[in-house]
Amino acid sequence: MIRVTIPAHLRTLARVEGELEFELDPPVTQDVLLTAIEDRYPMLKGTIRDHVTKKRRPFIRFFACEEDLSHESLDAPLPQKVVNGEEPYMVVGGIAGG
Amino acid sequence: MSGVRVLVGTKKGAFIITSDEKREKWEISEPLFAGWEMYHLKGSPIDTDRIFASQTSGWFGQIIQRSDDGGKTWNTPGGEKLPEPAGPPSGVSNKFVYDTSEETGKPLSTHQWYDGTQHPWEFSRVWHLEPSPTDLDTVYAGVEDAALFRSTDGGKSWHELAGLRGHESGPSWMPGAGGMCLHTILLDPNDPNRIYIAISAAGAFRSDDAGKTWRPINKGLSSNYIPDPSAEVGHCVHNMAMHPSNPKTLFMQKHWDVMRTDDGGDNWTEVSGNLPTDFGFPIAVHAHEPDTIYVVPIKSDSEHFPIDGKLQVYRSRSGGNEWEALTNGLPQSDCYVNILRDAMAVDTLDSCGIYFGTTGGEVYCSPDSGDTWTAIANNLPKVLSVEVQTLK
Repeated sequence: MIRVTIPAHLRTLARVEGELEFELDPPVTQDVLLTAIEDRYPMLKGTIRDHVTKKRRPFIRFFACEEDLSHESLDAPLPQKVVNGEEPYMVVGGIAGG
Repeated sequence: MSGVRVLVGTKKGAFIITSDEKREKWEISEPLFAGWEMYHLKGSPIDTDRIFASQTSGWFGQIIQRSDDGGKTWNTPGGEKLPEPAGPPSGVSNKFVYDTSEETGKPLSTHQWYDGTQHPWEFSRVWHLEPSPTDLDTVYAGVEDAALFRSTDGGKSWHELAGLRGHESGPSWMPGAGGMCLHTILLDPNDPNRIYIAISAAGAFRSDDAGKTWRPINKGLSSNYIPDPSAEVGHCVHNMAMHPSNPKTLFMQKHWDVMRTDDGGDNWTEVSGNLPTDFGFPIAVHAHEPDTIYVVPIKSDSEHFPIDGKLQVYRSRSGGNEWEALTNGLPQSDCYVNILRDAMAVDTLDSCGIYFGTTGGEVYCSPDSGDTWTAIANNLPKVLSVEVQTLK
């Protein structure tokens, strides 16, 4: 079971509480996981990444296992600890401003 | 019982303020969409239960919300029913993609940037939502970077009216200080083919074929901040207003100057008259008197606050030129707020009510056409927009 955390504003928008959980067939990449999030919660389309280009929105970051995966290839496999549910995949609203 | 519902968009959420027709006692809702920038909320002229809202965020982008019960509940339109326990339908309503297809004419990919170079058109947010007066599911959206979109399915899907952006002047449009936004949409109630829009900083445009083709309507405007003050495009129009009984007459608050046209924008004349300053943002027309108009003079383009700290609405009962200050109930010392372009509205009760919101978080109402004013909300976040629904 893959665990995903999303920012509070997006939890409100998707009307969910706590972590999201996904059962996905391997190989699980960031793109596979983000697509699964958008398919289950269509109102989140466009809020994490662009509708058309699929580029991550500028102030969104992807963290897992104390690593910043934001600049990793979307087609790279996710860390095994994320795939087996030991660690969550975190969609984060980056801190901006002063 | 009749009454009013005031829709207030702020920097950190939306608020609905309600009263009966006396407009003496007011109730303020809890924050809606708390923490989000609510650029605009507007109700359908056909059904006051239907309200559209533009919800935006620098982090999460654009969301379109719709209520079908007068603001009690909201959904992103068009989705399927969510898995339990999430509940009601909620879908994708935020796909604003510029039209680059061959069929629609001359879709552009760039406009002029601040440094004079060409810059790609990039969608950032919806500034203004204008529901159709004739079809419940049709609504227009004015967006940044400047373009006009239309939905005919209640806000679920959006399609650009690309002939506007494809106008030959498009590459010369530039952003104003607040971005290159399409902020004003006026729909002619007598002619469904006629649409007026305004862009900062390109100017005003008109379509006579329901949005397929457009022409600039800026003759008579003079702006000394562009190389040719009377250029066909490049003017920083801040807001326009129209009375539905007289749709060929438009009133405009420009960056500087208050203007009027009586021929659908073909020719404009300045009607600033005796205003203490003709810089400002909103302009509004009385609901029952087509020649009674309202502006809020602001000191200058760099000092965005009232002169001498005195908040004064100015009213002209002659369609411009002769103006009177309205001060009864408004702060007359130490007031240094601004009133943004979409933050003024009127109701249609017999005694017309005038409303505006400030960057200091106050919302004022005059239930008597501007003679007296009362703050109906204090200490809200910065007010971005004010619209009023008259409930009968």
